[in-house]
Amino acid sequence: MRRVAIIGAAQTRFEARKASLAYNELVYGVVRELLDRTGISMREIESMVTASQDAYDGKTISGMAINEVVGAYLKSEAKVAADGLQALLYGVARILSGEFDLTLVVAHCKESEGQSSAITSLMFDPFVQRPLGLDELTAAALQARCYCRKRRITSEDMALVAVKAHRQALKNPYAQRAGEFTVEDVLASPLLADPIHELEAAPRSDGACALLLASEERARRLVDRPVCIAGIGNCTDAYWTERDLAEARALQEAARRAYTMAGISDPAREIDVVEISARYAHEELMAIEALGLHASPVELIARDRASFITPSGGPLCGNPPTVSGLVRAVEAYWQLSGEAGARQVEGARVALAHGAGGICGQNQTVVILRRE
Amino acid sequence: MPRRVAIIATGQTKHTARRLDVNIRELITEAVTRALQDADLTMRDIDAVLLGNMEPFEGFLFPELWAVEGWGGYMKPSVKFNTGGTVGTTTAIAAYYYVASGIYDVVMAVGFEKQSEGHTQTAITTVGDPIWERSVMAGAIGNFAVMATTYMHESGVTEEQAAKAAVKARRNACLNEYAHLQMPDITVEDVLRSEVLAYPVKRLDMCPQSDGAVAVIFAEESKAQRLAPRPAWIRAVATAHEQQYMGDSPKRLAEMRSLIAASRRAYQAAGITNPRKELDVAEIYEVASFAELAMYENLGFCDRGEGGKLIDMGVTELTGELPVNPSGGVMSTNPIGATALIRVAEAALQIMGKAGRRQVEGARMALATGYGGNAWTDVMILSQEKP
Amino acid sequence: MSEESPTLRVDFLLDTEYQYAVGQYGTRFFTELRDHARFVGVQCLECGRVYVPPRPVCGICYRELQEWVEVGPGGTIVGWTVVRIPFIDPMTGEQRPVPYGFAIVRLDGASTSLYHFLDETDERKIRVGQRVCAVFREKREGSLRDVLHFRLLEE
Repeated sequence: MRRVAIIGAAQTRFEARKASLAYNELVYGVVRELLDRTGISMREIESMVTASQDAYDGKTISGMAINEVVGAYLKSEAKVAADGLQALLYGVARILSGEFDLTLVVAHCKESEGQSSAITSLMFDPFVQRPLGLDELTAAALQARCYCRKRRITSEDMALVAVKAHRQALKNPYAQRAGEFTVEDVLASPLLADPIHELEAAPRSDGACALLLASEERARRLVDRPVCIAGIGNCTDAYWTERDLAEARALQEAARRAYTMAGISDPAREIDVVEISARYAHEELMAIEALGLHASPVELIARDRASFITPSGGPLCGNPPTVSGLVRAVEAYWQLSGEAGARQVEGARVALAHGAGGICGQNQTVVILRRE
Repeated sequence: MPRRVAIIATGQTKHTARRLDVNIRELITEAVTRALQDADLTMRDIDAVLLGNMEPFEGFLFPELWAVEGWGGYMKPSVKFNTGGTVGTTTAIAAYYYVASGIYDVVMAVGFEKQSEGHTQTAITTVGDPIWERSVMAGAIGNFAVMATTYMHESGVTEEQAAKAAVKARRNACLNEYAHLQMPDITVEDVLRSEVLAYPVKRLDMCPQSDGAVAVIFAEESKAQRLAPRPAWIRAVATAHEQQYMGDSPKRLAEMRSLIAASRRAYQAAGITNPRKELDVAEIYEVASFAELAMYENLGFCDRGEGGKLIDMGVTELTGELPVNPSGGVMSTNPIGATALIRVAEAALQIMGKAGRRQVEGARMALATGYGGNAWTDVMILSQEKP
Repeated sequence: MSEESPTLRVDFLLDTEYQYAVGQYGTRFFTELRDHARFVGVQCLECGRVYVPPRPVCGICYRELQEWVEVGPGGTIVGWTVVRIPFIDPMTGEQRPVPYGFAIVRLDGASTSLYHFLDETDERKIRVGQRVCAVFREKREGSLRDVLHFRLLEE
């Protein structure tokens, strides 16, 4: 089979409100930066996959506002209405099909322009759940309770995840929220929905990111040791009220598929750096377990050497919805291309990027990157 | 070389104005069950499911995830697309690429919409750019009307000629058990006398709003040959976009830059030099009567300005040289998230020889298109012969 | 099953607000419109096209756009209609009085067009190619509604 490489990436700084930029300006900026970084001209790119959500953009067919700035005039672009990492998967399929050599993958969201709670309430069953006033946060809180109870995880354990994330984010120039917090600070931050505190939940963010995918042959003409996509996996779980919320079965299955494709048998040993898409602190613990990285995620997080887990700080430090999963791949790529700056994990050769969508991570994506 | 990919099965609901007897989940199940039965498959045979839907029309976020049991998606890979009118073809094209890539062998594409459940005008109004278009918008009908006058001016096409396309659609629909608007006795006079919505567009020139779902199963070569007696092979796929705003295209329907680009790319890939002669049937996303005639011209079925003449000559009737929309088309059936995928399903049915009373005899090469958003286009070409 | 089957329905009213950023290009356009009652576009120095609405990049050349030029206030009708179907105005939530004239207008000097209203509702008096001129509101707030409508010009 043909292989696919990532040959460049760009992201905007994540901010609570990018008031001065319209969608097309936000996206143009990140695509322009990607082209400048890679030296590839838009003329050479025939294929684009974008990710955005109509509900967040407040626009039916949100992709219309950005088609022109991603260079899609008379070209083949498709928009996934799912997590951004799903756009990367489709981009990989397009190149593997043999029809395209290059594919641009872009995700954007300006969460500040809409009302998140009202928007995420639209994910819920209209007959028996929506009338209760549920939103993404309240469902996550219910899941956190289920998971923490089953695994005997304390509030302090969960707070540790937030402490680590914000400390890592101090090294990430794109982060929206960073700081040297203590467990006490986290637990003293406002309780949003018991047991989730403000510092344990992703903030509202505006931002965008972009990646350029290339066939391996094409990538070899540009770099000696390209970063290739070694494995991909996706899996859909049952609706949130129709499964055990304390388990991340879809993530386990998505990981199994990606590991099989990448020939990984011992993920804890073989993967050097992991970027997890945890919008709430407990999700990082669940993912560490489901990805087979450690049987006791709390123990791992409590250790100093846990800095290979989401070195960017992750969604807790900035999280434009939809962009979340794709920016994990951007970070994972930079770790392998040696462009991760102060958050660089030394000698990283194999990286994992994780993305999730739907209520309590109903749809899960895992991508394995490898540098030769 | 890409792997060869074929459509091996399709399933549709009976499309109607309002399906009060089912919810979205149950509506999807009907189409998926029929598609599986069509090829004698179970969900175990399906590697991944790709979904297309325009959730602003239902006021839902990720309705497909709520409806997951309805499409058998539990523990399967899936992804949802949302690209407006094109979403069905966007999904079909993605299914093609995923199978051609070797990532999956058998992929089911599903399109669905329960337009009756939301406020269609609101969802269509918000297609307009909030700053530049929404405050001075007149809905889908106002938009088509202004495009139609441009087209009439450039091509000389008349309201009568457009009405003939509207009549053809509703009469063909009578041969399609799944079609929404079936009007056996409709005449050109009826269309011309129907209520003027926005000159030159009258009520019967426009598509309806429908509830409906469709499922189409794609497979790689060896499975396709094993599972279907006569698979519909994908010969070419192409997508082309316009620029950002509604007013960017200089001549709108009179010169559809995206349709011209996408169709020519697909013809070239399929080795077609004379589409009117080499295509046996076309299922196009025509939206409204005037658009159908304009699309004849832009697809190269006739010369520029000859779209009206083509319908006058009966070329695109079911018995004509190149039948267009034997199914009744979008003017008869329009559950938006499913509509373009229905075009693909109908084209595949023609190739597979399963189109029943609307079958075009000896159909060996078929075209399906999707059209949406700001005049962007998807094209798919199917054939009996392997590529 | 029949459409009259006795099944139930739940009703929801979605009421969610959005605050759209006009952006840097749009802000320049609307500031000119509000303060000086004039239109500006942005020109691609590669192909020469003048874009209204202004935007960051020429989709055809993929060249960044920075060259501002004045366009209008006169223009030409590219396409037109008279809307007679009731339509809820998204800006007011109320039904817009019908009939009203509606057109695609290419402002003089621009390569692309805007959608806007016409001051005429008699179908026999409007045609493609006809000259029009923007009528500005006295009190302008920085939106496309600062243009009341386009007035048909006598030939």
